[in-house]
Amino acid sequence: MGEWRATAASMEDPEISSISHVTMSPSRHNHVSVYSLPLSKSSYSVISAFCAEDNVPRCITYLNQELSSLGLSVCIEAGSPEGASLNAVPAINAMYELLQIHRQNMCTLEEMEEEQLKKLSTLEHMQTSNSRLKDQLELLIREKSGLHETERQLQLKIKTLQSCLKTEKEEVQKLQSIIASRASQYSHDAKRKEREASKLKERLSQLLVDRKEKKLAIDVLNCLGRSDGKRSLWRTAKLTASHESEMYKTLLGDYEASQKALLLENAELKKVLQQMKKEMMHILTPRQKSTSGASADDSQQQVDSDEAKAGDTSREALDQSCELAREQLLNSIRQQWRKLRNHVERLDQASQVQNQMESNKETIPLETHDDEMERMRQEVQQCREFIHAQQQLLRQQLNTSFDDETAALLNDCYTLEEKERLKEEWKLFEEQKRNFEKERNNFTEAAIRLGREKMAFEEDRAAWLKNQFLNITPFTDRRRCSSSDGQSALSIRSEPELRMSSAKAKRSKSPTYTTFSTPKPSRSSTVPSTTELYRTLRILSDSSLSKHSTQARWRESSTIENRHPRIKSNIQAHTGGAAAPFRGEHKQSEGFAGGCGPAAVLLAECLAGSSAHWSVLQHQPLQAAESLLLLVKLHSSLAFN
Amino acid sequence: MNFSEVFKQSNQLCKVSPDGKYLATCVQYRLVVRDVSSLQILQLYTCLDQISHMDWSSDSLFILCAMYKRGLVQVWSLEQPDWHCKIDEGSIGLVSSRWSPDGRHILNTTEFHLRITVWSLCTKAVSYIKYPKACQKGIDFSRDGCYLALAERRDCKDYVSIFVCDDWHLLRHFETETQDLAGLEWSPNGCVLAVWDSCLEYKVLLYSLDGRLLSTYSAYEWSLGVKSVSWSPSSQFLAIGSYDEKVRILNHITWKKIVQFEHPAAIDNTKATVYKEVERRPAVVSEELSLHNITMGSTLFNTQSKYEICSLPVQIPVVKPDPDRANPKIGVSVLAFSSDSRYLATKNDNMATAVWVWDMQKMSLEAVLEHTSAVRCFLWDPRRPRLALCTGNSKLYLWSPGGCVSVQVPVEGGFQVQSLNWHCSGDSVILLGKEQLCLCYMDTDQEENS
Repeated sequence: MGEWRATAASMEDPEISSISHVTMSPSRHNHVSVYSLPLSKSSYSVISAFCAEDNVPRCITYLNQELSSLGLSVCIEAGSPEGASLNAVPAINAMYELLQIHRQNMCTLEEMEEEQLKKLSTLEHMQTSNSRLKDQLELLIREKSGLHETERQLQLKIKTLQSCLKTEKEEVQKLQSIIASRASQYSHDAKRKEREASKLKERLSQLLVDRKEKKLAIDVLNCLGRSDGKRSLWRTAKLTASHESEMYKTLLGDYEASQKALLLENAELKKVLQQMKKEMMHILTPRQKSTSGASADDSQQQVDSDEAKAGDTSREALDQSCELAREQLLNSIRQQWRKLRNHVERLDQASQVQNQMESNKETIPLETHDDEMERMRQEVQQCREFIHAQQQLLRQQLNTSFDDETAALLNDCYTLEEKERLKEEWKLFEEQKRNFEKERNNFTEAAIRLGREKMAFEEDRAAWLKNQFLNITPFTDRRRCSSSDGQSALSIRSEPELRMSSAKAKRSKSPTYTTFSTPKPSRSSTVPSTTELYRTLRILSDSSLSKHSTQARWRESSTIENRHPRIKSNIQAHTGGAAAPFRGEHKQSEGFAGGCGPAAVLLAECLAGSSAHWSVLQHQPLQAAESLLLLVKLHSSLAFN
Repeated sequence: MNFSEVFKQSNQLCKVSPDGKYLATCVQYRLVVRDVSSLQILQLYTCLDQISHMDWSSDSLFILCAMYKRGLVQVWSLEQPDWHCKIDEGSIGLVSSRWSPDGRHILNTTEFHLRITVWSLCTKAVSYIKYPKACQKGIDFSRDGCYLALAERRDCKDYVSIFVCDDWHLLRHFETETQDLAGLEWSPNGCVLAVWDSCLEYKVLLYSLDGRLLSTYSAYEWSLGVKSVSWSPSSQFLAIGSYDEKVRILNHITWKKIVQFEHPAAIDNTKATVYKEVERRPAVVSEELSLHNITMGSTLFNTQSKYEICSLPVQIPVVKPDPDRANPKIGVSVLAFSSDSRYLATKNDNMATAVWVWDMQKMSLEAVLEHTSAVRCFLWDPRRPRLALCTGNSKLYLWSPGGCVSVQVPVEGGFQVQSLNWHCSGDSVILLGKEQLCLCYMDTDQEENS
C-alpha cells in the first residue's frame, strides 16, 4: 500500500509541481481561471493565474464554497486576515482530499474507458456478426427462392411429363386398338380373301374338271407292279378297319418300345437305388453298433430289419405294380435318407466332440505334465532322502559297532573300490614316471653338455690368461702370433664383454626370438589343460592364477630390449631356482615355482650356450614342470586317500 | 481325299440313288445316269423340256423328272430304258412333284395349291387331295413310308390329314390349334407329328399318329417365333430354332424343354472350340505365275485357307437385320442332327458365316466354325459324325469331333461349291457348282485313323 502510494505520489509529481506552480503564480483574472480550471493544465498555467495577491480571500471563499459543494468539510482559512498567506493545514488537507477525489475519478474514468473499449469491441463484433447473419439470411432467402423456383419448374415438368405420359399412354392405347382393329380387319380380310381364293380354286378345279382336258393325262407304256408285289385291294370297310388296327399297332408298338425303354431305365435306376440303399445300410449299421448302446442297438437292428424287409417287399412289389411300390419305395428312401442325415449329423457332432476332446487333450497335458513333474521331483527327493538316511545309517554302523560280517563286507567293498582306483592311478603314475625319467635323462644330458662347455670355457679362459700373461713378457713375435690366436679368444674376453657380445648376438637374433614367441598361442592352448588339472587338484588357487596371468600379461607387454636385460638377470639368478625366466614366455608356469628348478637351470644354460638349443629347450621346461606337478598331484591324491 | 473330274449339270439337279449305286444328273433337258463307282454313263434320257426337278424312287428303279413350266412329269426306268411314262397336269399347272414312299405313285401339287394329284403308275389311277395348304412344309411322309401327313386349309382353319400311303386312305383328319400352320414333320419313328405355327406366333404342337394332341409348347409370345424344326434321328429330341437366335430342345417323354442353346456373338464358353477360317494368298513369283497359268490357272485365283483355333473369347461377326423387311435375316434357320443324334449343327442367320455344333450328350457347345463367307449348306455324313459344309467358294469344309479341315477343290476354272450331297455310304460327297459337279472321295483310312 505504501508502495502504491509512493508510485502514485511520483505520478502526481508533475501535477503537484504544476499546482505548486499555480499556487506560486499570481492570478489576476479570476473568472477566466475558474472556467479554465477543468480544462487542461497547460492552459491553466498559460492563462493568467486564478489567484493573485489581491484576491486571496476571495479565492479562499470561492474554494471553500467549491469544497463544500464537493462535500468536503475542510475549510481553508487565510493565515492572516489581509492575507497573502494561507493556513497551511486545512489547505493541504483540502488538497489531499481533492487529490484523492481526483485519483478516484481518474481510476473510475480509466475503468470506464476500458469498459467502453470493451463494449465498443463487442459492439463491433456484434455488428459484424449481425451483418454476416444478415448476409446469410439473405443468401438463404435467395437460395430458398431459387429452390422454390426449381421446385416449381420441376413440378411443371412433372406435370408436363405426366401429361405427356398420359398422352403417350393414350397413344399407346390408341395404337394398340388400332393394331387390334387392323389385325382383326386384316384377319377378316385375309379370311375373306382366303375364302374367295378357295372359292376361286374350287371354281377353277370345277372348270378344269368340266373341260375334261385331254392334256391332263398319264401316259404309261405298261403299268408297273406294286413295289411290294401285292395286288391292290378294294376299298372296303374291312380295309379301313385294318388300317386303323395297323395304325394302332404301330402306335402300340411305339408305346411298348418306349415303355420298355422306360422300364429298362427304371430297372437301372432301381438297381442303382438298391445298391445305394445297401451301401447306406452298410455304412450306417456298423457305426450304430459301435456307437450306440446295447438297447439302442437292438432297436436299431429291428429298424434295420424292418427296413430291409420293407426294401425287399418294395422290390417285389415294384415288379408287380408301380402304384403300390411307389409309396413303399418313397417311404423307404425317405427313411434311409433320414437315417443318413441323422448319421451325418451325428458324425458332425462326433467330430465336434472329437475336436473338443482334442483341444482338451492339448490343455490337459500341461496340467498333467506339471503334476507328473511335481510327483517325480517328490519321488526324487524321497529317494535322495532315503539314500542319505541309508548312508548315515551305514556310517553310524561303521563308526559304532563293527559287526564282523558287515565290516568285512564293507571293507571288502571299500578295498575293492580302493584297489581299482589305486590301480588306475598307479598306471597313470607309471606313465608319468616314465615321462619324467625321459625328461630327467634329457636334463642330465644337457647338464653334462653344459658342464663340458663350461670346462672348455675354463680352458679357453686359462689359455687366454696364459696368453695375457705371456704378452706381458717381452716376446713380441710371440705376441704377434698369439694375437692371431687371440682373434678367436676376443669373443670371450671377459665376463662383462661376454655378456655384451651375447647381448649383441641376441639383438641380431631378435627376429628368431620373435619366431619363438609366436607359437605361444598354440602352447597356451595346450597349457590350460594342465592348469585346469592343477585347479582341480587345488594346487593352484584360481585367484593366484589370475593374478599371475595379469602379471604375466603386464610383463609381456615389455619390449624385447627390456627382456634382454631380464634374461641376463635370469642368467645371474638361475642358481636361485627362481621362476622369473618363464614369466615372459609362460604366464601359467609361474605358479609352480618350487618344482621349476631344473628347467630354469636348463634355460640359463642354453642361454649361455648356443642358441640352436632354444627351440628344444623352450618346450622342455614345461613338460618337466608338468610331470613334476603330476607327481605332486599323485602324492597329494595318495595322501588324501 | 480324291476328287473326280468335273461333270456338267444344270439347276443343281444331281442325286445319288437311294441304294447308292447310281448317280443321276440333269443337263438341260437330258437326264444322265452314271455308275457311282466308275462314273461311266449307264443311261441317257432326253426329256421334253428343261428339267426343273428330278427325284429317285425309293427302290432306285425309277427317276422322276418334272418340268414345272410345262406342267409335265416324265418318269424313267433304269431297268427298262424303253419304258417311259409321262404325266401331264395340263393347264392347272404344276409347282411340285414327288414320289410316294412306295415308288409307284407320284404326288403332284398343282398351281395355287388347288389340289394334290396322286398318280398311280400301277393302275394309272388318279386321285385328288383337296385343300392342301401352301406353306413352308405342308406335306410329310413318315420315315417308314406308311403315312402321309398333309396340312390343309379349309374355312380359314388349319387341318391335318393323315393318309395311309398304301391306298391313300384318309386315316385321320383333325383341326390343329394353330393360327396359321407353317409346317409339320413326322418323328423318325413315325408316331408323333410335330406341327408348328407361322413365325407370327411361337407355337409347336405335337400330335400322336391317331390325332391326339400330345403337347403344346410355346417359349414366348408376341415376337417372331419358330423358324425351323428338326427331329433327332433317335426321335428323342425335337430341336426348335427360332427368331430369338436360340435353339430349344424338347424331350420325347414330357415334351418339355430340356435345354436351350443360345448363339451369342461373343463366345466365352471354355469347353467349345472355335475354328476360324484364315485366308492366305500365296505369294507367287512371276515366273511361277506364268507356269501356273498354263497348268493350274484356277488355283491362282483361289486363296488358300485353313482353320485356326481361336483363343477365347471370340467375337463372331453379326449382321444386323433390316427391320423394315419381312422375313428378317435373324434366328436359327437350319438345324441338323448328326446320324447318331450325338451332335446338332445350327446356323444363325445373322451370323451367316458361322456354324455351331452342339454336343447332345453334354448338352453344350462343342465347336463353332467361323468362315470368311456365308455358309451355304451343311450336311451330316449319313454314317459318321462328320459335317460337310460349303460357303460358295472353291473349298469344302469338314468337321469331325477330332478336328476341322478345309479342302481346296482342285478343279480348273474356279469351281464354286454351292451345295453338296453325301453319298449314303458316307464315303463320298457330291459337290455342286453352278453348272458343274464333282465327286469328292473321302479317305476312308484316314477317317478311321482320325
